[in-house]
Amino acid sequence: MASVSGFVASEIDPHAGHAPPRGLRRYLFSTNHKDIGTLYLCFAIFAGVIGSLLSIAIRAELMSPGMHVFPLISQIMSGDNSDGAAKNMYNVFFSAHALVMIFFMVMPAMMGGFGNWFVPLMIGAPDMAFPRLNNLSFWLLVASFTLMMTSMFVEGSPGMNGFAGGWVLYPPFSSTAGTPGPAADFIILSMHIAGASSIVGAINFIATIFNMRAPGMTWFRLPLFVWSVLVTAFLLLLALPVLAGALTMLLTDRNFHTSFFDPAGGGDPLLFQHLFWFFGHPEVYILILPGFGMISQVVSTFSRKPVFGYMGMVLATLTITALGFVVWAHHMFITGIPLGEQEFFVLTTMAIAVPTGVKVFSWIATMWGGSIAMRAPMLWAIGFIFVFTVGGVTGVVLANASLDRELHDTYYVVAHFHYTMSLGAVFSIFAGFYYWFPKITGYMYDERLAKIHFWLTFAGINIVFLPQHFLGFAGMPRRQVDYADAYTLWNFVSSIGAFIAGFGTLVFLYMLYEAFAAKRVAAANPWGEGATTLEWTVSSPPPFHQFETPPAVRFDGGGAPIVEGGH
Amino acid sequence: MRGKFPVFPMGILALLASTAARADILGAATSGQFGFQPTNSVVADHIVQFHNYYMIPVTVGISVLVFALLIYVVFRFNERANPTPSKRTHNVTIEIVWTVVPALVLVVIAFPSFRLLREQLIVPAPDLVLKATASQWQWHYDYPKDVGGVHFDSMPKDDSELDLAKGDLRLLTVDNAAVVPLGKVVEVDVTSTDVIHSFAVPSLGVRLDAIPGRLSQTWFKAEQEGVFYGQCSNICGINHAFMPIEIRVVSEAAYSAWLVDAKKKFASVGGVELAASPLVP
Repeated sequence: MASVSGFVASEIDPHAGHAPPRGLRRYLFSTNHKDIGTLYLCFAIFAGVIGSLLSIAIRAELMSPGMHVFPLISQIMSGDNSDGAAKNMYNVFFSAHALVMIFFMVMPAMMGGFGNWFVPLMIGAPDMAFPRLNNLSFWLLVASFTLMMTSMFVEGSPGMNGFAGGWVLYPPFSSTAGTPGPAADFIILSMHIAGASSIVGAINFIATIFNMRAPGMTWFRLPLFVWSVLVTAFLLLLALPVLAGALTMLLTDRNFHTSFFDPAGGGDPLLFQHLFWFFGHPEVYILILPGFGMISQVVSTFSRKPVFGYMGMVLATLTITALGFVVWAHHMFITGIPLGEQEFFVLTTMAIAVPTGVKVFSWIATMWGGSIAMRAPMLWAIGFIFVFTVGGVTGVVLANASLDRELHDTYYVVAHFHYTMSLGAVFSIFAGFYYWFPKITGYMYDERLAKIHFWLTFAGINIVFLPQHFLGFAGMPRRQVDYADAYTLWNFVSSIGAFIAGFGTLVFLYMLYEAFAAKRVAAANPWGEGATTLEWTVSSPPPFHQFETPPAVRFDGGGAPIVEGGH
Repeated sequence: MRGKFPVFPMGILALLASTAARADILGAATSGQFGFQPTNSVVADHIVQFHNYYMIPVTVGISVLVFALLIYVVFRFNERANPTPSKRTHNVTIEIVWTVVPALVLVVIAFPSFRLLREQLIVPAPDLVLKATASQWQWHYDYPKDVGGVHFDSMPKDDSELDLAKGDLRLLTVDNAAVVPLGKVVEVDVTSTDVIHSFAVPSLGVRLDAIPGRLSQTWFKAEQEGVFYGQCSNICGINHAFMPIEIRVVSEAAYSAWLVDAKKKFASVGGVELAASPLVP
């Protein structure tokens, strides 16, 4: 996605005397929100491919009972194909899969990629408020990812490489009791840096959206994507420092003989879980709220109708954000926390279903009465609404502590959060990707390839995760390298689905290649009258700098805003 | 599934699947099953009934409703069928309806949910207190002093030790199962000596984390004799998949006989005095 050429030089372009930097200088030192957005998107695709490979390895291992694949993988990665090393490497893989997908694929794609690219464009701003901090956000993430990958190749549990305790990093497994080697320290430092990156990014978004809206772009005229990025930024700002605190305590427990989480020294392993999930639950809304915003834009554009119940949508988003901070202990129903505490968290968790339902119904109502063009972005968006609903209702099941008792840490939970994340969040990313691909690159993607990509992914991922509900009912615990023979059938089916979805990813990569090779030039607005946000008023790709004098935005008659002036 | 009512719809589908190899293995998954394992305690019965009578209609119903609406709008309102989009963007009535109705559904769910939660967490006066201590990677069971203080490790059988003809199950069958009497309230006190593990037996409706420095309580009352399997449910290291739980429910007479044998077999040295009063969580 490197080719952003042919920008339109405005008459008052401050760069009129010199061209924008080219090549490495342009991207390494970039302070331009669009270039940084592009870097984030490339990074997310790269990390997404790595995360997918990790998951394909996991599904290959689980295709049949016994251990077949990981002795070989362990041999390649650590030179040790013993049983213990193979089991350990499996645990390392699922831990890394989660961390890579959450912190280095979904978050960079949604906030870093689409947020950077389109928040300034949508609000009529020339750039982000703090361009140099923006550059810092991105490169911190690269450093963080490097530490994460390094941890897979250094000692964790005695005599074995990598951190094997799951992405939740629960002590004592993550403290010296379970992981004396530095692999856990690498993960902790990686998370610290990723957190700093996100906090810096969050501050940038908040400052930009509060201060740099064009005249006329009032709060309740903001596109829903901008709203969702704004509340996500607040979630990041409030949740990540708590994670940083927990990680710091873990780090000092490991290295400086403190005992925050060590019962032998008066500490408590559950303290870590409370702190972790105080971050971790808002984190799952961080992963999905920008997706909600993108789905709103896409559904509205391709239905050629404004979003139904805009105020309801904004209020629902704010409600989800607020409730998201008081549901964390629903991840801890089986830790032995008291009855009253469980009752409280059951109620708050179930309450979140209400604003989430409002969003789903509003999307359908937006389509109702519309004139729907079934282009690829819309296909992904409709797919999203369905799979997210499935993931949402299984969430209501798990919200009941009494049922969580039976399903906690089984494959039912794996199915649930993959329906919201691996299908939900990822589908919204692809909806956004195809929606904005012509704007970002200036080229049209191939509609047929995009639809093949969708159907392969939709079929494949549903085949992966639907049978996992049955495995969960049957009691199969998650994070097992080998399973009782009765679970063979559904695991086999699930693995077949993973290979289909993996093939879908190859089609995606080919689609990228084909689009850049074919060079079908995209119009400023390829989607027609339904696309009413400001990014469609500038060329595709947009000029290197836009809106250097703010445009005046008028909203007459409820249709597309009228943009006057501005360069 | 041992509910009072014919179980809908998972049980019907489960009938299509094969059953376990050995008649007395009641608490284990069967190949290709869709629903829960057969249940063997009041709590487990109630979990399955609550799920199948309340949650299945809600989850399947909402999923089907949304799916049907999506299919309908895609065909009814696509650009060929409906070239001119409507301009309607508000309808206060319907917005109130789709906020209030789901909230009412949740309230309806909450009542049985909380009743079941109290049943699970308020441990009745126990007839037997069994202590289960996890460590990497085995379970250790302690019986109270007043029945002889038997205590022993419970390890999975190696593939070479498995007697498949007798119906042993790979990764599930252990060398020394925990034996409990039928129809008695068994309180299980769970803790760990190293990292976090989790004590889980799906067919008994029991799952509780084993956390170092904490002693947590759960309970069950078995309704039927048999063998009931569970597995560690919290990632605890390389052998996480290899620390199963096997509970044998036997008649009171057989339990007493087993205690006599076990005292000899495990050469108990006193055992641990366990508090019988439940610390109500």
